[in-house]
Amino acid sequence: MRSTKASSINWFHYAAPQRFYPLAGRLVPWFGALAVVLTAVGLYLGLWLAPTDAQQGDAYRIIFVHVPTAWMSMVVYLAMATWAAIGLVFNSRLSSMMATALAPTGALMTFLALWTGALWGKPTWGAWWVWDARLTSELVLLFLYIGFMALHSAIDDTRRADRAAGLLAIVGVVNLPIIYFSVQWWNTLHQGASVSVTKAPSMATPMLMGMLVMALACWMYCIAVALARVRVIMLERERHTAWAQQALGAA
Amino acid sequence: MNWINLRDFFDMGGYGLYVWGSLGMCAAVVVAELMVIRLRRRLLAQEVGDERAAEEHTA
Repeated sequence: MRSTKASSINWFHYAAPQRFYPLAGRLVPWFGALAVVLTAVGLYLGLWLAPTDAQQGDAYRIIFVHVPTAWMSMVVYLAMATWAAIGLVFNSRLSSMMATALAPTGALMTFLALWTGALWGKPTWGAWWVWDARLTSELVLLFLYIGFMALHSAIDDTRRADRAAGLLAIVGVVNLPIIYFSVQWWNTLHQGASVSVTKAPSMATPMLMGMLVMALACWMYCIAVALARVRVIMLERERHTAWAQQALGAA
Repeated sequence: MNWINLRDFFDMGGYGLYVWGSLGMCAAVVVAELMVIRLRRRLLAQEVGDERAAEEHTA
């Protein structure tokens, strides 16, 4: 059924994979281009304009990738769990596909947050890793992503896999406030937030701008890559339909 | 302007290994992720193509 109203977007129209597939295909290049431009601007701000930190020297510049990837590791998880919940409640296939498409990207963001954190921890704390509440809960997040993907691939029936893994994703949301508030709840080696909505940021302007632009770039990248992956997942699951075979043949 | 020359830029005040190790891993992960998605699609197209060829052969 075609949407008759041209002026307003009928969102349910796009809940069918064969209709969302071309839409996602049109969106990917835009988000991808934004990610590239924002990364270039962010790195220019962060590596060129931002001054050397008085206490940490140039080691602090890891912040321009550490904070964005750490933020996205949590944002992507929340998005994944939300899509999984929508998929469970409305039994909508596309929502569950979105959740599965987000998981690898979220896992990679978590890995990058841990990796860059280790490379920052060594020169500033003298250790690659400590069992501090912030680091440990972020590691748990990585295991949640891996658990989601492992559980999903362990169940042959795709819709059952969606439900089981979706439930795991939803339960795992309890870890997000633990990560976020860990620096307040426990006496952590990891520093508290430099940026928050309630108080003025404790950073110099070019540093802050560089970090925010890189965070935005990270957002755009995650959206672009999740849409690109969900397109492949749609084709995988709909491989026996005429539209999917047509889309694959044309590629 | 923080850097006298390119070497100074790569040295990152002695923290070059840590800063470039972080940025480098991010770049590597992005490239790998994009390549895996592309490969996944190509393998699927190949598989579906083979299946259809087999169907046509038996039909």
